[in-house]
Amino acid sequence: MTKLDEITKKILRQIDELGFQQKGAFNLRHNGIALCHGDSEHVKIKKKEDKQGIDIYIDGETKGEQVHIPVVVNASGMQDEVYNDFYIAEGADVTIVAGCGIHNSGCNESRHNGIHSFHVGKGANVRYEEKHYGEGEGTGAKVLNPVTRIYLEEDAVFTLDTAQIKGVDSTVRETDVKMGANSRLYVVEKLMTHDEQSAESNMEVQMNGEGSSAQIISRSVAKGGSRQVFHPKAVGNAKCHAHVQCDSIIMDHAEVSSIPEINARHLDAAIIHEAAIGRINDEQLVKLRTLGMTEEEAEGIIIDNFLN
Amino acid sequence: MLEVKDLTFKVTENGIERSIVKNISFHVDDGEMLVITGPNGGGKSSLAKVLMGIEAADGGQILLDGEDITSYDINHRANAGIGFAFQQPPRFKGMTVDRLLSLAAGHELRECECCELLSRVGLCAQEYIKREVDATLSGGEMKRLEIATVLAKPHKLCIFDEPEAGIDLWSFSMLIREFEKIHDKKKESLILISHQERIIRMADRIMVIEDGTVKSVGARDEILPALLDKGDRCSCMNRADV
Repeated sequence: MTKLDEITKKILRQIDELGFQQKGAFNLRHNGIALCHGDSEHVKIKKKEDKQGIDIYIDGETKGEQVHIPVVVNASGMQDEVYNDFYIAEGADVTIVAGCGIHNSGCNESRHNGIHSFHVGKGANVRYEEKHYGEGEGTGAKVLNPVTRIYLEEDAVFTLDTAQIKGVDSTVRETDVKMGANSRLYVVEKLMTHDEQSAESNMEVQMNGEGSSAQIISRSVAKGGSRQVFHPKAVGNAKCHAHVQCDSIIMDHAEVSSIPEINARHLDAAIIHEAAIGRINDEQLVKLRTLGMTEEEAEGIIIDNFLN
Repeated sequence: MLEVKDLTFKVTENGIERSIVKNISFHVDDGEMLVITGPNGGGKSSLAKVLMGIEAADGGQILLDGEDITSYDINHRANAGIGFAFQQPPRFKGMTVDRLLSLAAGHELRECECCELLSRVGLCAQEYIKREVDATLSGGEMKRLEIATVLAKPHKLCIFDEPEAGIDLWSFSMLIREFEKIHDKKKESLILISHQERIIRMADRIMVIEDGTVKSVGARDEILPALLDKGDRCSCMNRADV
């Protein structure tokens, strides 16, 4: 078993709620190299030959298994780009826990660009959790730019649960999904920015198969002088339905833009978008204060639960 | 015991100052139930908010067990022992029912404790415990949950602002029984703001507020006959037998 330093262990605790362990199927990428990795009976992880990254093969016998592939960057100035491709066979049922944490104690920018693609077979069920987190006393920026491409075959189900907890100075998130017949997509995106951070999330969901459905929920909190831009786009190319909901809490001098786009290219495509941006509701604050909390405590609880 | 002395509350609208609560004085004894009633817009809810510190008094004094809490803010009054159920409780996106109840109790509640609280207000616990306190709950469900947040821990004084509003017949009967139970224990003082005859009939004392002033206050048997007589002629009391 590979010995991990304290910073790495701390970051792993932040980005992997289910608990990273060096057993089963796992791959820990640390400062641009695979520090440790393991396969399981049904999940095989292979290093790419032509570029940085891994191919993950999840066979159809996989039932309820977890795959952990976190990334930790704690070398200031590290510019890491990695390509991870997942091949999930028909009928598999798997939870994939990714996530990236950057500890930057220097003055140079640390960056991780994770480009992930998921090829999800017929009837497979995938839950993908991705948490992003930044820390460190250095002045160097912590930058995370994930790209997620998801291809769903007939009857496949994909749950994408992403969260940017705190400390990430800049992020541009690109998500593209192509959906087959009767496939289902559930997206929960949670984002917190503070100070002078910026975040942009662009998502395009193409519902190509008849009976496909998508539910996209985005919740964000923008504090300080941070800026956020959301651009979710749902395209109905067949009989399908989708619900996109973007809610943001804005605080201090922050700025939030929500630019939804819904595009129906089929008579039976039903697509709904809801967006709301607003400050913390005074009535919520007052209610929690009547339970004995200070205004600051109440504010923290409202934000925590909103992003929960 | 709550003592309110010469309490005033004013608002300024379009540059014009208006008195909402005008030099009101009253008391609520330990374990006593005081029902405050009167016409809409008379200042009842404003008075309740001033007692909780949600609105700041412009004059007067509020004493709880002899402690002057007039200058206390909302959370200090809550920690001093006042519970408050809103007429229109707010919704919390992302917060589950059991989480809200735990916050109200001041500690993490076990599932069975949440279930018991919800049952007391007529909500079938298993259906609600993990639901979000958001727009998926009806007005009546929100109202009952609001009352459960006040029941979640003991208080010296509980204030319920129109607890009957938006609640169905069966749940209302259950709430009446719940208020009776609390009242029978005589451990908590209760202020209920209500237009509902069944609630008014539970009171030890009734205080009628109109135009920001106390029109009458006294024992139930002393005030109720006049109120019922007046209720035949005006809309300040709901005599519907719910």
